Amino acid sequence: MLTTDQRKTLIHVSGMDIELERRGRGQPLLLLYGEEGLEPEAPFIDELAKHFEVFIPSPPGFGSSERPDWISNIDDISYIYLDLVEKLALKNAPVVGFSLGGWLAAEIATKDDSFISRLVLVDAYGVKPGGPYDRDIADFWCLHPSEVLKLKWHDPEKGKRDFPSMPEEKLTIIARNVESLARFCWEPFMHNPKLKRRLHRIKVPTRLIWGEHDGIVTPAYGKAYADAIPGAILQVIPGAGHFPQLEQPETFMAALREFLR
Amino acid sequence: MQAWHFTEMPYPHVPQGDALPSMRVTIPSKLYDPKIGSDLYNRYLDEHVIADELGLNIMLNEHHQTATCLDAAAPLMAAILARQTKKARICILGNPIANRGDPIRIAEEMAIVDNISRGRLDVGIVRGVPYEVFAANTNPTQTLERLWEGVDLIVKAWTSHDGPFNFEGRFTHRRVVNVWPRPYQQPHPMIWITGSSDYDNIKKVASRGYVFATFLQPHDKVKLMFDAYRSTMADHGLPGGAGMAFMPLVYTADTEEEAEKGAKELTWYMQTKTPPQFRNPPGYVGVETNVKALQGAYTGRTDAVRAKGMDYLREQGVLMYGTPDSVAKQVKRYYDLVGGFDHLLMMQQAGFLDHKRTVSSMTLFAKEVYPQIKDLPRTVMQKAKAMA
Repeated sequence: MLTTDQRKTLIHVSGMDIELERRGRGQPLLLLYGEEGLEPEAPFIDELAKHFEVFIPSPPGFGSSERPDWISNIDDISYIYLDLVEKLALKNAPVVGFSLGGWLAAEIATKDDSFISRLVLVDAYGVKPGGPYDRDIADFWCLHPSEVLKLKWHDPEKGKRDFPSMPEEKLTIIARNVESLARFCWEPFMHNPKLKRRLHRIKVPTRLIWGEHDGIVTPAYGKAYADAIPGAILQVIPGAGHFPQLEQPETFMAALREFLR
Repeated sequence: MQAWHFTEMPYPHVPQGDALPSMRVTIPSKLYDPKIGSDLYNRYLDEHVIADELGLNIMLNEHHQTATCLDAAAPLMAAILARQTKKARICILGNPIANRGDPIRIAEEMAIVDNISRGRLDVGIVRGVPYEVFAANTNPTQTLERLWEGVDLIVKAWTSHDGPFNFEGRFTHRRVVNVWPRPYQQPHPMIWITGSSDYDNIKKVASRGYVFATFLQPHDKVKLMFDAYRSTMADHGLPGGAGMAFMPLVYTADTEEEAEKGAKELTWYMQTKTPPQFRNPPGYVGVETNVKALQGAYTGRTDAVRAKGMDYLREQGVLMYGTPDSVAKQVKRYYDLVGGFDHLLMMQQAGFLDHKRTVSSMTLFAKEVYPQIKDLPRTVMQKAKAMA
């Protein structure tokens, strides 16, 4: 089996170098990972690669992608990804986005969904259903780290990471991912106020898959998100928090396979 | 050497130690009693007026959502003191420009205070400490950029006298900038900028001829910071007059025992707690530093310093206390260890240290310590002279 790094290349798009990983053979599938950057090693990706050629780009400022100074939010990144899709000539591709990547997938689809066969948003950020006094998305930057762990994971033990034992290159990517997340998503916090008004433009079949115990963006948040996308259905995965693909990989894959079939 | 009196204007009457999860950001205001608070405001202002009468300068600062600092709007205190004091220079250190977000308003406020005080104002402009970004919701990855865009805009606004100019920067857009009044001091009041071990930033401060200030840091670190400042100043051939400022906690008394008691009360400030999520907002420091944090380099560091106690703080120069001769000696020692500096910013009040004992320490300092250190040469001026 190839290691992750051997499959990674840099691709020049929108005037910057974007890291792109490709795995498997078959129909193309665009996978947009979340802000944690820990997911690319998860077994479910290899599972997907048995049936698809999985394209995994890293957004500007994440992984080893450049972060040009002019980029200020996820809306900006969605245009860069449209350039990337054009360059890769992706057609009839499922798009699966997790967390921050789900938000990015929704932004892309509101602008151009002609290359997308099916859209899957997993515990995605991006909208604010409530009013000014509502804390729609848990404020993970203002909560104690142990509290955040409990909100993100159904079983917080699964979310613990032994950072001191990780190689420095990996920690550098993690630290930079965190910084980039803050750069793009600090204010408005984890959403684009315009996105809610654009979601009606998504015309492709859309499925939202959500961890039942996600305390960061709850299933109620997922329901409000789904209600704004024509024909979208919310599917809740029991025994999982913000990362159903990691906490309940089998149930998650079954749901995904069923929708992508 | 110039000496400055400073208190952060604390409201210490809150649960102490572990009884309070956080002294900052989230501390509920039900813990604030306006009757006690109004007395404290007036008392701290009185002490600044006394500082003026004693021949000391005055330093003010501001913090938000915290019991450690009741001064949430330093320009207001500066405005009061501009009228109530006669001779003292007044330095706001500083205006947290990244968090306030409106440089032009700061330019106006400072110009007004400069006029009312007839040119006694020094204008500190700071990026703001980490936990402050939460109160203002400033993007923590851009506070330095905001600082410098704001500083340059303020100076341009103060020194433009022929009608409006246009400014469309990254963080501020104004198409008709035309500040009234112009400052009393010409071309503009001295600017002070704070910092720590970010040498690029220190060099930027030096190359523009502004004062560089740092707080409560051990002498070996400060030496490196001041060296960076001095060498940049020399490289640019600047004549000096700006200089470097350092803040320790200072308590002066007639006996060593009394001084130790007072100093102990000042260390209340070092015990104030901030929960981890507010200490290091994402991107406030660089990736390299955050990698070290993930590796556990800073875990328990604050507790370790606390555990080492007063002797350690005194050796480091962060805490200076004793009889007048002893305090003078400690200032001179620090001066020598860091290669000289220009402004001694003294936190002479913190925590529960009461009015009587605060004034007693201030008075002894002004009368018996200050004369011993006043003539310590302004290092920057000296270097410039040596070069000429």
